[in-house]
Amino acid sequence: MLSRRLLMGVVIAASMGTSPLWAADEAPDVFVRRFTSEMMELVRSDKMIKAGDLNYIATVVDARVLPHLNFQRMTAAAVGPGWRQTTPEQKSRLQEEFKILLVRTYSGALTQISDQTVTVKPLRGSATDTEVLVRSELKGRGDPIQLDYRLEKTPGQGAGWKIYNLNVMGIWLIDTYRSQFAEEINAKGIDGLINTLAERNRSNAKK
Amino acid sequence: MISETRRRATRLALASAVLGLLTACASGPTASPSDPLEPMNRSIDRFNTAVDEAALKPLATAYKKHTPDPVRTGVRNFFSNLGDVWSVFNNVLQLKPKQALETSARVAVNTVFGLLGVIDVASDMNLERNKEDMGQTLGYWGMPPGPYLVLPLLGPSTLRDAGGTAVEITVGDPIGQINDPWTYGGVFGLRLLDRRASYLQAGEMLNEVALDKYTFTRQVWLQKRRSDVYDGDPPDEPELPDNRQSLPAKPAIKP
Repeated sequence: MLSRRLLMGVVIAASMGTSPLWAADEAPDVFVRRFTSEMMELVRSDKMIKAGDLNYIATVVDARVLPHLNFQRMTAAAVGPGWRQTTPEQKSRLQEEFKILLVRTYSGALTQISDQTVTVKPLRGSATDTEVLVRSELKGRGDPIQLDYRLEKTPGQGAGWKIYNLNVMGIWLIDTYRSQFAEEINAKGIDGLINTLAERNRSNAKK
Repeated sequence: MISETRRRATRLALASAVLGLLTACASGPTASPSDPLEPMNRSIDRFNTAVDEAALKPLATAYKKHTPDPVRTGVRNFFSNLGDVWSVFNNVLQLKPKQALETSARVAVNTVFGLLGVIDVASDMNLERNKEDMGQTLGYWGMPPGPYLVLPLLGPSTLRDAGGTAVEITVGDPIGQINDPWTYGGVFGLRLLDRRASYLQAGEMLNEVALDKYTFTRQVWLQKRRSDVYDGDPPDEPELPDNRQSLPAKPAIKP
């Protein structure tokens, strides 16, 4: 029960995206509310997502979710201090493999989305903050699902907010990977981590 | 009466034996400061996985396959309702009157109108479950979690939470009131099956997402418990240095 809702929360959150038109200086909580609703609408209305077509979901994620994430920052945070020592090529491979891992893993839970509604909690902090925490809750059947986002303001007028971490039911997505990545880097180096990720993605794809 | 006392004593003895065993174990050379008991934890984890693969998982899969959805939901609701009783008690211990009242109202409504908890009427009335256990209560009053601990058969825990679990098993579990050993065994088994069945999908996901299942589970568990103690809104934690990261530590990276 708990785990299924957790899965669903991750998916909804990870699949947020879409709508290139936004107000000049949209408040972060407004952004989160709009986004979550739009994304849930998309999943509800798109049969191919519901059917769990992985390739299709991956293209949807690329087109509609990724523009609203600072995925480089997310990967860097998961990799930890080792990120500084990586070459540009290693950086892009790390991001690519990490992305495939996340998409593959969480797309299965998309079928869980049905009649949930999102409630965004009042924002704390000041209006000039460039990094904020937005807390929200998904309500459907059963206990509500906690869904929090860390957002950064993109420099420039009206450039909007980007997500750089995500909390589902008390668990921060990126932090979950940090120790595993550190173990891997420590044992086999950055290239070892890239290989491990690639291998895992290959074996997941065969299932 | 005597058998009741004796059974309690047995369970308490069992729980303390497990704890005693755990604290007596020395940590090995590969232990990290964030997980001093890692070598022992990993072997208990291997044991748990073996038991799960051999018995629990196949049974839970069969249970899920051969019982209709409404039946399983009813079973789950029934045990959740029993669990809510312990939450009420812990809400009181944490001086949370609103949550204690709300959760007791849940128990009352579901027990009376929901056929002893089988139907979750309270959720439709927007009476939320405020889940609290003894580990959270101890954390609420300032007790640190202590080292990460994998308990035999029970799985992930911490030293503090294991203490809480021992108390719960001894005095806080309504199923413990059942006197007939066969009924007790049956109900206990059904609850175990229900819990395992609800994690089947997550278990599959874990296989795909985790590079190292042990480390992944530990991270998720420790974060989740910390969040639970603060009711989902924990203060920011200072970055913990990971001593096994061989590369020199640098300040937070801005890409």
